[in-house]
Amino acid sequence: MKSNDLILQTSTRVVFFIIFLFSIHIFFAGHYTPGGGFVGGLLMASAIVLLLLAYDFKTVKEVLPFNYLGMTAIGMLIALTTAAGSLVFNVPFFTHWYDYFDFPLLGKTSIHTAMFFDIGVYLVVVGITLTIIEMIGGDS
Amino acid sequence: MEIMMAILAGFLFSAATYLILSKSLLRIIIGTGLLSHGTHLLLLTMGGLGGKSAPVVADGVTVADYVDPLPQALILTAIVISFGVTAFALVLAYRTYQEIGTDNMDYMKGRGEID
Amino acid sequence: MKLINLVVLPIIVPLFIGTVLLLFRKSLLAQRALGLFGAAATLVVSLFLLAKVAEDGIQVVTLGSWAAPYGISLVSDMLSILLVATASLLTLLVLWYSVYSLGEKRELSFFYPATLFMLTGINGAFTTGDIFNLFVFFEVFLMASYVLIALGGERIQLRESMKYIIVNVVAAALFVITIGYLYSITGTLNMADLAVKLGDIGSMGVISTVAIMFLVVFGIKAGIFPLYFWLPGSYYAPPLPVLALFGALLTKVGIYSITRVYTLIFTTDVAFTHDMLMMLAIATILFGSIGALAYMDVKKIIIYNIVIAVGVILFGVAAFNEVAVTGSVLYLIHDMLVKALLFLMIGVLIFITGKTNLREMGGLIRHYPVLGWTYLVAVFALAGIPPLSGFAGKILILQGGLEGGFVWQSIVVALSTMVVLLSAIRIFIYAFWGAEKSFNSPPKAKYVNRMIPVVILFVITMGYGVFIEFLMPLFQATGTQLMDSSLYIDAVLGGEK
Repeated sequence: MKSNDLILQTSTRVVFFIIFLFSIHIFFAGHYTPGGGFVGGLLMASAIVLLLLAYDFKTVKEVLPFNYLGMTAIGMLIALTTAAGSLVFNVPFFTHWYDYFDFPLLGKTSIHTAMFFDIGVYLVVVGITLTIIEMIGGDS
Repeated sequence: MEIMMAILAGFLFSAATYLILSKSLLRIIIGTGLLSHGTHLLLLTMGGLGGKSAPVVADGVTVADYVDPLPQALILTAIVISFGVTAFALVLAYRTYQEIGTDNMDYMKGRGEID
Repeated sequence: MKLINLVVLPIIVPLFIGTVLLLFRKSLLAQRALGLFGAAATLVVSLFLLAKVAEDGIQVVTLGSWAAPYGISLVSDMLSILLVATASLLTLLVLWYSVYSLGEKRELSFFYPATLFMLTGINGAFTTGDIFNLFVFFEVFLMASYVLIALGGERIQLRESMKYIIVNVVAAALFVITIGYLYSITGTLNMADLAVKLGDIGSMGVISTVAIMFLVVFGIKAGIFPLYFWLPGSYYAPPLPVLALFGALLTKVGIYSITRVYTLIFTTDVAFTHDMLMMLAIATILFGSIGALAYMDVKKIIIYNIVIAVGVILFGVAAFNEVAVTGSVLYLIHDMLVKALLFLMIGVLIFITGKTNLREMGGLIRHYPVLGWTYLVAVFALAGIPPLSGFAGKILILQGGLEGGFVWQSIVVALSTMVVLLSAIRIFIYAFWGAEKSFNSPPKAKYVNRMIPVVILFVITMGYGVFIEFLMPLFQATGTQLMDSSLYIDAVLGGEK
């Protein structure tokens, strides 16, 4: 089925990037205020779903040639490895750690191990949502 | 407020029961979705309503203002789980529809029936 | 160096390897090798943990270093680690069996990752010390079991998995509601903290209500009367290795949960809650017996035997004294081993004959003597004939039941042994004796391949019965820990070690 909805397609091209950037913003905001990897990942997934609505499955697959199941697995591995870091330091599982760093451009900011965990969550949420949608809608 | 929440949760439960008892597979799945929504509302109410601000450390917010964060965390977890289960059920229903050619539970009997 | 994270390992090892397996979904070799490796690694770490718990007592990890009643605790006491070790062992053997029997198409549709994720959920449910976390781990293994039950996508599987999902979604909703009630009464979800708080409150109508709601929630999983209605149909559908896993592990998580909450948390109104459990256990035995005798289908007979065993184990829990509870745990482990064994044997039987109806089988003993005689001995073990593995547990359950003054109930449990023996031995009589009927006569090599894990499991099960004397200290410690909840509470709330 080739959809031919000009207004939707044109606006999607813009809106997609807005949602994408917003999801990144929400992701980083999650450290001290509401937000985080799960919500960010859902936003990103919904942006891709918007693309799917505007264009057809094949086009989106060409633009974003990811293996979403692999993405889920890699996200899970990142999250699990971060949590398992506590095994190496022999502190209770999931114990997090942070420190302050000076970065060029960004200035002084803190880095938490929880952020790496959240990157994993982000990837899992995007991956699993799109795997499901691929399974239902992929063959029609 | 608690009364309102109780009525709303009860309404969701009754709608969910009605849908789950119907014959169409899709309605059943929507019913399970409503059921979990009702459950989450109930959980929220059970944790105690009230509190003015999000349980995040910020200027000018004292502990007394906080909403109990635990039911919210529980509900978020429960929502994720019910999202996963619903998605899986939808995929399965779609496969079932492809395989059997109907979404009517009545017609799923027959071949392969247990003696 | 003190390894404080040992408790976590039986949960994250299968999770990690299962996730890695998702990356190699096309390679049959990688799936098989890593799948077996994952289960074996889980078994090794859980045996290590078992030695640790037997030596040093209850092990606790507070996740994220959040102190006990606020954060999630993972608690490994004797009951939990014995079940974790048994579950890992059975998963390993069933995976080994599936390599030979499942068929490539099914093996490549996420069978190994789903099994490992299911093991993650089961081990987590056995280990967690937080009632909401228990719900989460329930959902983890249920999600995996949804995948497994639909594996291959035959018509009957699709229909039964749909029913299975709906039953479990409703049960999950009820679980969350019950947790909500419990939270509104006590303001905590940590099991040890719940035990303390409910002990302070004492006996109260609403607490008994919540106790019964938990019985319903876990009873749906465990398959107690009248909530086992979904079990025979759903367990019938999936391929046999999956059925063996379900039969040996899934209902046992329900039994474990009932045992946990009824020995640790809801002990204030024993006269009401445990009597209710007792009545339901007896009814479960009776209705399971009817089912086991009524069917001529080999799978159905063994499936109804699961229901009977659920009743017997819960009878011991409901009698609520140390002897009976110890017996229940002994019998629980025995039942996991022997049910997996019987299902795998039934699998070989169905493979040989290509049929599931007993009336169409016969005279196999001359061609397959090893299968025949091991099956007969396994049935004796199932029924609990001394010195085989079911005996020690059942005798302790009966002794505890009589000590508790449950005379006629104990007689029912004792009589159920006869029904179990009769129902399972019918398979032997029909399939192995009698006039020879037509069967597939598959290649000998395939039969031998399948028999290797079966015989290993057979030897382990027999060893569990014959050498039970050496294991008894472990089980006595389990009984003591279960009946004296202060041990559990002190381990969790007694500060960091």
